[in-house]
Amino acid sequence: MTIAVRPPDPKKLIKGATGDWEVVVGMEVHAQVTSKAKLFSGASTEFGGEPNSHVSFVDAAMPGMLPVINAECVAQAVRTGLGLRAEINKRSVFDRKNYFYPDLPQGYQISQYKQPIVGEGEVIVDLSDGTSFTVGIERLHLEQDAGKSLHDQHATMSFVDLNRSGVALMEIVSRPDLRSAEEARAYLTKLRTILRYLGTCDGNMEEGSLRADVNVSVRRPGDPLGTRCEIKNVNSIRFVGQAVEVEARRQIGVLEDGGTIEQETRLFDPGRGETRPMRSKEEAHDYRYFPDPDLLPLEFTDAWVEALQGALPELPDAKKARFVADYGLSPYDAGVLVAERVSADYFEAVAKGRDAKAAANWVINELFGRLNKDGKALDESPISAAQLGGLIDLVADGTISGKIAKDLFEILWTEGGDPRQVVEARGLRQVTDTGAIEKTIDEVIAANPDKVEQAKAKPTLMGWFVGQVMKASGGKANPQAVNDILKRKLGLE
Amino acid sequence: MSVDTATVKRVARLARIALAEGEAEAMRGELNAILGFVEQLAEVDVTGVEPMTSVQPMAMKQREDAVTDGFYAADVIANAPVRDDGFFTVPKVVE
Repeated sequence: MTIAVRPPDPKKLIKGATGDWEVVVGMEVHAQVTSKAKLFSGASTEFGGEPNSHVSFVDAAMPGMLPVINAECVAQAVRTGLGLRAEINKRSVFDRKNYFYPDLPQGYQISQYKQPIVGEGEVIVDLSDGTSFTVGIERLHLEQDAGKSLHDQHATMSFVDLNRSGVALMEIVSRPDLRSAEEARAYLTKLRTILRYLGTCDGNMEEGSLRADVNVSVRRPGDPLGTRCEIKNVNSIRFVGQAVEVEARRQIGVLEDGGTIEQETRLFDPGRGETRPMRSKEEAHDYRYFPDPDLLPLEFTDAWVEALQGALPELPDAKKARFVADYGLSPYDAGVLVAERVSADYFEAVAKGRDAKAAANWVINELFGRLNKDGKALDESPISAAQLGGLIDLVADGTISGKIAKDLFEILWTEGGDPRQVVEARGLRQVTDTGAIEKTIDEVIAANPDKVEQAKAKPTLMGWFVGQVMKASGGKANPQAVNDILKRKLGLE
Repeated sequence: MSVDTATVKRVARLARIALAEGEAEAMRGELNAILGFVEQLAEVDVTGVEPMTSVQPMAMKQREDAVTDGFYAADVIANAPVRDDGFFTVPKVVE
């Protein structure tokens, strides 16, 4: 695989006191594998639970306990590799990564070092301006999560809960292909979308299912890579962007003052908007990796991989391309709709047998806008795809005007009901009876003789008349008919 | 391959094994004797031989994805020197 070299983009450079700087970012993302049981034990992976209840003697590293791998976790890693268009290694090896920490009872983490289960792949990342770029994936490997330490329960003691100990994680390592905070956010967003489509990680960042270690360095455009710092455990997409921003600024400051960047691990403090070095760095990490003697190499066949490939769902890139090709949507709209599988499904249900652009418009602008306003997720939407489709049908067949459609949307949102019945019951039907419209227009004209005179000289006043007529009709007059008749009556044809 | 005293101290520190003054020197001798003994293996020509991971040609055992274990927190923490409210407790470690 060739590594594409991205020429520096002047728009993404950061201005320093002594000239422009380019920020270079790579990410190691830890994604919790969606599975019922842990990677090497039969204990539950469920979030929460009483402390140390989702723990087997394997996870607690009791003497003599042996790991036995969960086949579904292996399948999930392979599915993810396929979703990242990556090389799948039919033979991989588990190693021990040795270090001491109170929430790591084994004294080592079972991980994969030299022979990971998934090799090189790629992620196509979409930016808000509609452009896309490719981020190289270096590898994906399976490993155990550690337990959880709570430091705020007691003045002098830390509390350790091993519920998470041994839960399967996928560490997904990107190439240093990102060039701004926005790109870093967009990459993590896209990776999360792919994982959620695949069903291999729920992407729940509040519960820690997805965490990122962000590697940041800066350089003069065109120079070789600078020294990087690793910002550990960033747990939201927004914080990833902020961490890149402040860390790049910090490094530029150090370099412009004549200093040098030390390679180190840092923490991002969102409250203070700064990164600071982690304390435990006196001793360089020496994990003394070696193959875990409790585990044979992990091997599987092409046929098994092909079966997994055949059962993969349609992924966001393919779905987006299909929405553009089949429904005629703009890449931007298609991108918004495919960001979540539920949104894409909802849109397709609304668009079925209808004008797809109108459907996209209603889903994105009205529905998503309203959901956003109320802080609701799509699965909490009071308006079903069938109701929204019914509303669009009423506009399409001329039963209601576009303006009334928005009122109807509001009624469906707050009160529910069948769109057609609501329209009948409340008399929202559009008036297309030209006689009735003419009568309203005549009344408006009669009440405003001065405006009529002005309109002859200034035809833009038409708009004011349309507004008055629509108001007088309670928004129910057919706007096209109002326009036509008004033009004629005002002598503007 | 042989190790010097500094390496012995470093390995001991990584393994959290306390070595009293003077012990490192004695340990260096012991470790070098062991390394020298193991080094005899290097005399065997293994060119073209795949590393062996098992005496029997067997595949790794796998388990089904089912919750079959756990839910005995009291047993898990039973041997902990200090515990509180279902948690292991240790002298405070904060980053």
